[in-house]
Amino acid sequence: MHAYIIRRVLALIPTLIFASLIVFITVRLIPGDVIDMMLSTNDIGADKKSREQLEAALGLDQPVYFQYFRWIGALLFEGSLGKSLWQNTSVMEDILHRLPLTFELGLMAMIVALIVGIPIGVYSAVAQDTLGDYVTRSFAILALALPGFWVGTLVMVFPSIWWGWSPDVKLTPFTEDPLRQMGQMLIPALILGKAFSAVVMRLTRTMMLEVMRQDYIRTALAKGLATRTTILRHALRNALIPVVTLVGLQAPVLFGGAVILEQIFVIPGMGLLLLEAVSQRDYPIITGVFLIVGVAVVFINLLVDLSYGLLDPKVRYR
Amino acid sequence: MVAITEAVRPSPPSPSSGSMRFIARLFRDKPLGAFGFVICVIFLFCGLFADLLAPYGYNQISPLNRLKPPSEKFWLGTDNLGRDMLSRCLYGAQLSVIIGLSAAALATVVSVFIGIVSGYIGGKLDMVMQRFVDAWMSFPDLIILIVVVSVVGPGMGPVIVILGLLYGIGGSRIIRGAVLSVRENAYVHAAQSTGASLPRILWRHILPNVMAPVIVLFTTRVGAVILAESGLAFLGLGVPPPAPTWGGMLSGSGRSFMYLAPWLALAPGLCITIVVYSINVFGDALRDLLDPRMRGSR
Repeated sequence: MHAYIIRRVLALIPTLIFASLIVFITVRLIPGDVIDMMLSTNDIGADKKSREQLEAALGLDQPVYFQYFRWIGALLFEGSLGKSLWQNTSVMEDILHRLPLTFELGLMAMIVALIVGIPIGVYSAVAQDTLGDYVTRSFAILALALPGFWVGTLVMVFPSIWWGWSPDVKLTPFTEDPLRQMGQMLIPALILGKAFSAVVMRLTRTMMLEVMRQDYIRTALAKGLATRTTILRHALRNALIPVVTLVGLQAPVLFGGAVILEQIFVIPGMGLLLLEAVSQRDYPIITGVFLIVGVAVVFINLLVDLSYGLLDPKVRYR
Repeated sequence: MVAITEAVRPSPPSPSSGSMRFIARLFRDKPLGAFGFVICVIFLFCGLFADLLAPYGYNQISPLNRLKPPSEKFWLGTDNLGRDMLSRCLYGAQLSVIIGLSAAALATVVSVFIGIVSGYIGGKLDMVMQRFVDAWMSFPDLIILIVVVSVVGPGMGPVIVILGLLYGIGGSRIIRGAVLSVRENAYVHAAQSTGASLPRILWRHILPNVMAPVIVLFTTRVGAVILAESGLAFLGLGVPPPAPTWGGMLSGSGRSFMYLAPWLALAPGLCITIVVYSINVFGDALRDLLDPRMRGSR
């Protein structure tokens, strides 16, 4: 197991190097001049700082490789992602301040998805090719096609017209009233978890169908074990292992979806930080959020892989 | 003698009869997929002929007809500037067709290129490329889109190129997987041993045999691109107004009027959902019919 963990952690290094390069290249090197974008239109700050000042602040007056190593060096040795161009606050602090809310939203969405997706997936597999199976499968494809921002918009507009009710736009801090805060996060979490629950449902169904055809299930049924016990104890346990992998695969999707839902429901998480930074062209913040989200996803996948090793002995001893 | 050779040689199937047979099979075996196919054709038709179908211009402002509910004159009502929502939705379909098809085509080309090169050549090149794809896939699509648009600026061209590259790199995994299984076939070894050049092997032997996943990938990418583009437009980072993107119609200045005119919130969202749903069920059916190996995967 130890060797497996060490191997898996070492495999992380090239991925993280590539991730940092992707972030760096995307923001610094693709055609289109960051400074031009900042100075054009009526962006704030265009009149506050001159072209040279902006170039110096972004470090663009130095050679490209030097810029990269300075950026990555500051991150590794000082834990710094630079300072916001306009607020002059530490980007790392801004991000760490906002990160918990986005994580909470993603985690709630994930829990919603698993609570909804797994039982429906099991039902759909057990009732294969019945009307119930078709209905649930059609709903799953529909859930994947429904844009989260549209559902969010409908939730804001229609209850307000019909019943004069609309979701709170002022989020209570978690430390003040955790239950109330989680209640406020529930609607965005439900919307964010909707597509994920469809994916979970489809995978659970596929895996259940595969596992149910295995010999050991036939043995369990043949020796007179109740169908219910067989499904829950023997089939579901084995079918759920790949579902764990989904959590890692869906982590980036959840982060992306969170941006839109944070915007609609005014949740001051990382997504909203990114959108504010984009509208102000605050590149240190944009770069920082971009990198941290990528690194977070890489580490979530590491945790998923390690837990996979715990769940599945075949992986552990390989 | 002549008659015998004639009988032995199978007549080459004409492509049109092949695709007709395929559509017949789709309707017989996959009713939901066939439904999706029909909606996709209607969507394509609306997109191509939006100029002829739309009763008004997409930016034809009419102050007298502001926020009119759906009526005989304006089937889907009008927005806060008095623009006809039906016409805007039709022109929105045109934008979605253009962006969806071209970005998905670009994505497929990128996927095929990376997938074939990485899968066939293998070795160190494959390892490096796959680590890059790993890293790339740990970034959420939408966040890459937002960051790139913040650098390059919004507009139709950038959106198509970014979406194409974005989904192209991610989708290369599927093509690579297919190439890995095709690579070891006897006809590929035969071509290698007769000294066929690398481009020839890739083009004549590998590519035709991974066409099934390529077609399926292209279809599902159209849906993904339309969904991503609408999300981007919703955030105000897509094709800038007054272009009538479906996502853009749900955001921006129109948003505050939705409480007075709820029909503004309905039509564009319904368009996105129906089109993406149809492409997805059609893509699923296509996958089941063309490529049984991919069944159950997404």
